[in-house]
Amino acid sequence: MVSFNVLILVSLTYVAALFFVAFLAEQRAAEGRGNWLRSPVIYTLSLSIYCTAWTFYGAVGYAARSGLEFVTIYLGPTLVMVGWWWLLRRLVRIGRAQRITSIADLISSRFGKSRRLGVIVTLIAVIAATPYIALQIQSVTLSLAVFAEAEGAIWTDSDFARAAMWFAGGLAVFTILFGTRNLDANERHHGIVMAIAVEAVVKLIALLAVGIFVVWGLGGGPSQMMATIDAADLDLWDQDAGRWVGLIFVSSAAFICLPRMFQVMVVENDDEGHLRLASWAFPAYLFAMSLFVVPIAVIGLELMPAGSNPDLFVLTLPLSQGANGLAMLAFLGGFSSATSMVIVAAIALATMVSNHIVVPLWLAMRDDSQGAMSGDVRQITLLARRLSIAGVLALGFVYYRLSGGGTALAAIGLISFAGSVQVLPALVGGIFWRGATRPGAAAALLTGLLVWLWAMFLPSFGPGAVIPQGVMDAGPFGIAWLRPQALFGITGLDPLVHGILWSMLLNTGALVGVSLVTFPTPLERLQGAQFVNVFDHSTGARTWSRSVADAEDLLLMSQRIIGSTEAQRIFAREAIQQGKPGQLPEATPDFIARLERDLAGSVGAATAHAMIGQLTGGSGVSVEDLIAVADEAAQILEYSNRLEAKSAEQEATARALREANAKLTAISIQKDAFLSQISHELRTPMTSIRSFSEILRDADMSAADHSRYAGIILEESIRLSRLLDDLLDLSVLENGQVVLRPQTGRLPALLDRAVSAAGLQGRNLHLRRDPAAEDIDITTDLDRLVQVFINLISNAAKYCDAKQPELTIRVSSAKGQHRIDFLDNGIGIAAQNQDLIFEKFSRLADESKAGGAGLGLAICREIMHRLGGDITYLPGTSGTAFRVTLPLAV
Amino acid sequence: MTPQGKPAVFLERAHYRQRRLGDAARCLPVLGVVLWLIPLLWQTNGDAAQSNAGTLTYIFVIWVVLIVLAAVLARVLPDADTTPDPTQR
Repeated sequence: MVSFNVLILVSLTYVAALFFVAFLAEQRAAEGRGNWLRSPVIYTLSLSIYCTAWTFYGAVGYAARSGLEFVTIYLGPTLVMVGWWWLLRRLVRIGRAQRITSIADLISSRFGKSRRLGVIVTLIAVIAATPYIALQIQSVTLSLAVFAEAEGAIWTDSDFARAAMWFAGGLAVFTILFGTRNLDANERHHGIVMAIAVEAVVKLIALLAVGIFVVWGLGGGPSQMMATIDAADLDLWDQDAGRWVGLIFVSSAAFICLPRMFQVMVVENDDEGHLRLASWAFPAYLFAMSLFVVPIAVIGLELMPAGSNPDLFVLTLPLSQGANGLAMLAFLGGFSSATSMVIVAAIALATMVSNHIVVPLWLAMRDDSQGAMSGDVRQITLLARRLSIAGVLALGFVYYRLSGGGTALAAIGLISFAGSVQVLPALVGGIFWRGATRPGAAAALLTGLLVWLWAMFLPSFGPGAVIPQGVMDAGPFGIAWLRPQALFGITGLDPLVHGILWSMLLNTGALVGVSLVTFPTPLERLQGAQFVNVFDHSTGARTWSRSVADAEDLLLMSQRIIGSTEAQRIFAREAIQQGKPGQLPEATPDFIARLERDLAGSVGAATAHAMIGQLTGGSGVSVEDLIAVADEAAQILEYSNRLEAKSAEQEATARALREANAKLTAISIQKDAFLSQISHELRTPMTSIRSFSEILRDADMSAADHSRYAGIILEESIRLSRLLDDLLDLSVLENGQVVLRPQTGRLPALLDRAVSAAGLQGRNLHLRRDPAAEDIDITTDLDRLVQVFINLISNAAKYCDAKQPELTIRVSSAKGQHRIDFLDNGIGIAAQNQDLIFEKFSRLADESKAGGAGLGLAICREIMHRLGGDITYLPGTSGTAFRVTLPLAV
Repeated sequence: MTPQGKPAVFLERAHYRQRRLGDAARCLPVLGVVLWLIPLLWQTNGDAAQSNAGTLTYIFVIWVVLIVLAAVLARVLPDADTTPDPTQR
């Protein structure tokens, strides 16, 4: 006999060994030496949490009761695994690319990060998983009771309760210790996964050992065993087709949708390539677990006393044969199955509960104004996880106690499966069909949940327990087609098949129907595209371990962004800090974070994060990343637009400045020319004045000479002052400082004044005037006008070289103007010079005849412009002709 | 060579073979379903009924066949990284 105390001791030792394994694995992973932790073998073994105590003990009981039907529970997952290329590969890729933390996260993320969907999936998962956890607690307590009974102690209810409490409490401690240590984005738990892998080996060896003992030890070898099976009372194949098909479907769907399976298969997955081995190795594991189930059941039914629980044959058969060591091993196998399932389920559920219910609630309740809360959130998330783990286990314990631990519990495994499967339509629709919308998914999940609760879960407590017998028979309020196990009036179906059929049909129908008539939000459409086309958008897992290759990639990328000198400087500095100068540094998280900050300085935080993320996590760019990148790009664009506008403005200013400069330069040149002209003009009279003054001072001379020289000096002085007067006059006119004094006068009088002032004495200029035409009134600054006339008349007197000089003054009016023409009979002015004569200092004739500085006509033009008229040369006459125009008096 | 951005109508032989392997991988679960549903067609009563051991053996043999096929496919299937999502070619 195995002493009960020895059993407890062995169990505790086993648990301690698990702690040690988990601790060691965590430590290795933390030191970065955990490459072997990420091997495909470990991954495959971790999938074995599918095989719970329900498998370990329950499969034999199932086979003893229903024959080969038990195998459907393992055929389904086999089909899913060998079809990995289709679904699992896609699921794992999405999980990695989108940093999915749970199945609730996947659904919520796919449908536009909907929090409500996350809550619904979490609720479904918790409701469906609680009975299953209770089942594990029950199996462990039952197996303990078997050993107690063998010692002669019949367990009472309180014994069961105490054992269950210890078991649940111990699991809670272990799970909290190793399940909530790290809170990184990847949600990977190396310690837990390692412990599960060890447990997978233990339970496989235990079951195989019992099987071998039964077949070869008790059954007399394979061939005799087959004969025994054939002869057995048990009918292996009395199969209802609906149940066979339905159970294969439910088990394959549950394999994907169970939160704990999703946790190990997708969330804890380190490398997509691991699926390759798991695709055949896990079916092989299931095969091995199922191989000896029928022989154990058959031999158990044969050897064990009638009425003994077939669920415990794995344990009781070796015990009854005195194989105590084997029984101990079998107990450990069952224990392993139960613990690993509960641990992972608790972690998966706790992640969902904390991420989708507790933390959002907490964030919503507290003041939003406190911006920097990252540290707080981390703490609160960890706390929420721990409480959730404890809560999930407490729920399981309570359920176990309430259900009484009877056979009703054993039947609930399949119902629990069917509950988890309600997520399947939203999941498959979400990753294969872009048209699936959030309302569609919500409708599908809620419909499925309701139908499952009504048709399967609530009736499972037994007739009359939750749903009164009357409602079961006649439907709620007498509505017959709503009878829980005969929906729509279809009776005669197996209740399980009935529930699965209707829940899945209505669930899928709601998804398709509502999705077709609703419209997704932009984020939903983006996420939908990312999920459905995951193979186009994301790169796969990297095949190399993250060591030098990663650092190399980082260096290459950094060089592209910040230039090779700077990048190499950063890397070299880091290598020195890590104590390995001259080599590439390790790509430690710290270094990557620093590098990201450095890069963010160049390309913006979001872009840097996305780029680093691409290289290190192998994870894709999330929508938030993309939006942030787009924001940054928009900012940069706007900035460059502003710069461009500014530079255009500056260019315009520069152009204006250049033009102004050119104008100034031209004016300066003009001024220089003008000044040199003036100096020249001034110097000539000054020179003669100076030389004659010297002669007067130095030489003795006659009085006649004296007076002649003095006359010359006087003449030159007059010329000089006239020049200065002219200059002054011109300057005043050009600056617009002149003050006009308009008066009205008769033109003949004005012309008379001009003729008399022009100094025609001694010149034989003959004037020809037309008194009739001249007889008009003129209103303007008459003095200025007379000045122009004087100038023109004296010019004609000076320059007209005809034998008999004549000046004709013609007056006419046209186009609202007075025209006063001055025509002489000289040779005129050559065409090319006609423009020049109005310029300052322009003189066409030789200087001797001039006696002026060449300012006269320039002054005339300025005056006429001031008076609102003009003076032009009049071509086409025989001699020189000027036309003065004046506006008619208003 | 294929012009950038536009997939070629025909693939070279090796690539074509890889795609067909992917198709085979997708067919495998269908094959499993069909084979495992066949026992439902068997007679359960009378002389022609399969024995317990016969049915048991059949189901487990199919299981082994599927495992072996999956193992072979897992070895020869193209690297998941290099193969774009299958299109209908």
